[in-house]
Amino acid sequence: MIAMLLFQWRLPQASNFAPMVDRLFDFILWFSIISFLIIVVGMVFFLFKYWRKKIPEDKSAYITGHTKTEMSVAFFLLVVVMVIFYWGWIDYKAMKTAPEDALEINVIARQWLWQFQYADGKMLTNELVVPKDKPVSLIMTSQDVLHSFYVPDFRIKQDVLPKMYTNVWFVANKTGPYQVFCAEYCGTSHSQMLAKVKVLEPDDFEQWQMTGELPEGMETKVAPAEASAAVSGAAASTQGEPLAEKGKTLFSNKGCTACHSVTGAAGVGPTLKGLFGHPVELVDGQKVNVDENYIRQSITEPQSNMVKGFQPIMPTFKGQLSEEEINALISFIKSLK
Amino acid sequence: MSGHTEVGNYLTHPKGFWSWVTTIDHKRIGIMYMATTMTFFFIGGIFALLVRLELLTPGLTVMSADTYNKFFTYHGAIMVFMFIIPIIPAALGNFFLPIMIGAKDVAFPRLNLASYYIFISGAALAVWALMAHGADTGWTFYTPYSIRTNTSVVLVALGVFVMGFSSILTGLNFITTVHKLRCPGMTFYRMPLFVWAVYATAIIQVLATPVIGITTLLLVMERVLKIGIFDPALGGDAVLFQHFFWFYSHPAVYIMILPGMGIISEVIPVFARKHIFGYKAIAYSSLAIAGISFIVWGHHMFVSGQSPLANLLFSVLTMFVAIPTAIKVFNWTATLYKGSISLKTPMLYAVSFLFMFTIGGLTGLFLAALSVDVHLHDTYFVVAHFHYVMMGGTVMGLLAGLHYWWPKMFGKMYNEWGGKISWALIFIGFNMTFFTQFFLGYLGMPRRYYDYPPQYAGLNMISTIGSWFLFAGFLLMLIYFIRSFFSKEKAADNPWGGKTLEWQIPSPPTEHNFHETPTVTGKPYDYGVVKL
Ligand code: HEC
Ligand SMILES: [Cu+2]
Repeated sequence: MIAMLLFQWRLPQASNFAPMVDRLFDFILWFSIISFLIIVVGMVFFLFKYWRKKIPEDKSAYITGHTKTEMSVAFFLLVVVMVIFYWGWIDYKAMKTAPEDALEINVIARQWLWQFQYADGKMLTNELVVPKDKPVSLIMTSQDVLHSFYVPDFRIKQDVLPKMYTNVWFVANKTGPYQVFCAEYCGTSHSQMLAKVKVLEPDDFEQWQMTGELPEGMETKVAPAEASAAVSGAAASTQGEPLAEKGKTLFSNKGCTACHSVTGAAGVGPTLKGLFGHPVELVDGQKVNVDENYIRQSITEPQSNMVKGFQPIMPTFKGQLSEEEINALISFIKSLK
Repeated sequence: MSGHTEVGNYLTHPKGFWSWVTTIDHKRIGIMYMATTMTFFFIGGIFALLVRLELLTPGLTVMSADTYNKFFTYHGAIMVFMFIIPIIPAALGNFFLPIMIGAKDVAFPRLNLASYYIFISGAALAVWALMAHGADTGWTFYTPYSIRTNTSVVLVALGVFVMGFSSILTGLNFITTVHKLRCPGMTFYRMPLFVWAVYATAIIQVLATPVIGITTLLLVMERVLKIGIFDPALGGDAVLFQHFFWFYSHPAVYIMILPGMGIISEVIPVFARKHIFGYKAIAYSSLAIAGISFIVWGHHMFVSGQSPLANLLFSVLTMFVAIPTAIKVFNWTATLYKGSISLKTPMLYAVSFLFMFTIGGLTGLFLAALSVDVHLHDTYFVVAHFHYVMMGGTVMGLLAGLHYWWPKMFGKMYNEWGGKISWALIFIGFNMTFFTQFFLGYLGMPRRYYDYPPQYAGLNMISTIGSWFLFAGFLLMLIYFIRSFFSKEKAADNPWGGKTLEWQIPSPPTEHNFHETPTVTGKPYDYGVVKL
């Protein structure tokens, strides 16, 4: 508590989730402080009051318990922890359901840097630029080991796994740069696996999308020449083809067009038109919803989720496509509305 | 009851190195475990100090990132597998469980000795692997990192596997001993609560340890034979390992804490001269905790990508742990009421257990709440939380027990003032080291960080300075314990006025504990005057 007065101990609340998480945090904090005081003040009081100098050894009372008090303590506590649980669950559910209109950005993590891939073809290293007051959804994967995407000021964290996607979303509501940490231990430079989220006013964000220029005070600090991005957490950015375009090119270059139409006509393989976001029936009768993980799996391990009515002839593309390329293909398939 | 016939005590009778290494006396085996595990505590502690030293300032302070990563792995692996899991059951449990139920030994004395040697072999293998090639995965060995890192994870894991067998055998031995060897009159409800706690622990040891055995074997197979189990690059599932790992390691947390709770249940009544408050509630809450411990492992994985539904279940189940735990804390505090309290060193540790374990338990609520855990997971908040439970709980319980039973085990008394000063240093040092870490965690500092941004510098410095107080406290303790061996003065058979059986026999006990089999007629904590 003294420490509270000595330094600024509140984190900035820079996302829609921050005040929400802090409210529950504070509730548990006060409950804990009160419970702690009851136990410790009670204990210290007893230590003084029933000190052996005052109460001789053979004058202690004979009490073996009191089931009613025990039961009421247990019951009261049960109620409180159920409240905490339910509250935590409701808030957590909100964190898990990204709105439809969220701006989607692909995140690729690897030892020891973060890459952010935008739909318009921008690829940023250790720097994520997002608009203020607009939901942003991150579709994340790792090229090697586990990592975890953590922004304390947003109160969000999500492990990033190899060979599949995990999601996290937020609405940033204050402009400024915010620290991104890798929170899952990943080897030598784990503590250097840093990035910045830059939250811009919507206008500035549009400006940045067109010109690549960041507003004053948010400019990318230029890394010293000798330090590579991998060890310094330094930022970099490149502009490429829009993601869906790139996906389209890959789609024909890699020969997908031989079996898949994008127009709705079935060929050797199912058409990919209107696939995303809709349920598909598999050979075992199971119905699954098509999301990024489903498409990814269809490409890298086609036999693991066989579509009903088709032959197992699709070759695996495992190891032949980079994470960026898989993201591009998915982005293209998603665009086939 | 105390033995007046001058038969030699267990320490000197029979004599000789060989008689120790081949002993099947549960007391000697307990002492050997104690010497071994305390040595590991010392080594693990040195690594902790080095880790804290590196964190004294941001950036490089004394060592490279790779060295740092190895050191925190050594600290964690040694402390968990070679110190805190075995120490109380295998050392103090071995020594006192049979005596407390009026038995001459455990049910299978030879198996008991075998468990010790199995433990030693596993520990030797793990230590050798650590020294020869290093390991840098943290004590959790998360895949796929642990499969790819260029260190000797396989051998360390095999060491853990072997030590697991020792744990299972000790557990079996204790369960059988409690069921078969209680002396006449020693009904279940007359058993000291320490026995209940070690019994509950033994159940977890027997049921949960095989799982880590299987897990480590799978890990080894994957690394050696390249079968895809946990590594997605080989077609495995990265999160599966976490399920296996925590399926054991969560119950293991209760293997670590329950025996410590048992000691607190012994020390508080004796030093407060009060019957324990709510004997049955404490006994059964140990069993309840043991039961729940099997179904909450997923709370370590709320942000791992585990399904929200699984998270919901694990969150609600975890909340239930709070209830038996709180009952215990409440009952220990209530035991002090209307007592006659003496604050000798064992009791000082017992009350600081209450103080720190309460903090440890309450901060668990933050981590069990899903949305708050998203923020706090894998930060220093977690580090602080489990050190409050493991060190503020188990180690305080251990130290209470060590000081409480020291005169019984060795027949000598340590210097009480030494005990008090060392307690104060440890109490202050511990809270300085770890309370600051709650703030660091809330403010977002991730764990296992070699380097950190400047805003965390102040708190890290306080934390590191705290670790030096801790070290000073333990050093002083080592000195007065060693000195007590050489003191001429003999400790009394029952210096604290305990009512359990171990205090009714000479200090140190004779080889067969009891001259003749005792008969128990009353409850273990019959203190106090009944007001009519
Ligand atoms: C040799 C023909 C062939 C080629 C080449 C091929 N596929 Fe397929 N694909 C199939 C067949 C057949 C199926 C349905 C059976 C199955 O699920 O494996 C399928 C299924 C799919 C699905 C799941 C569709 C659904 O309705 O659920 C996706 C997505 C997909 N392929 C993407 C691709 C992409 C991207 C490429 C190029 C990189 C590609 N395929 C190349 C034959 C092919
Ligand atoms: Cu990482």
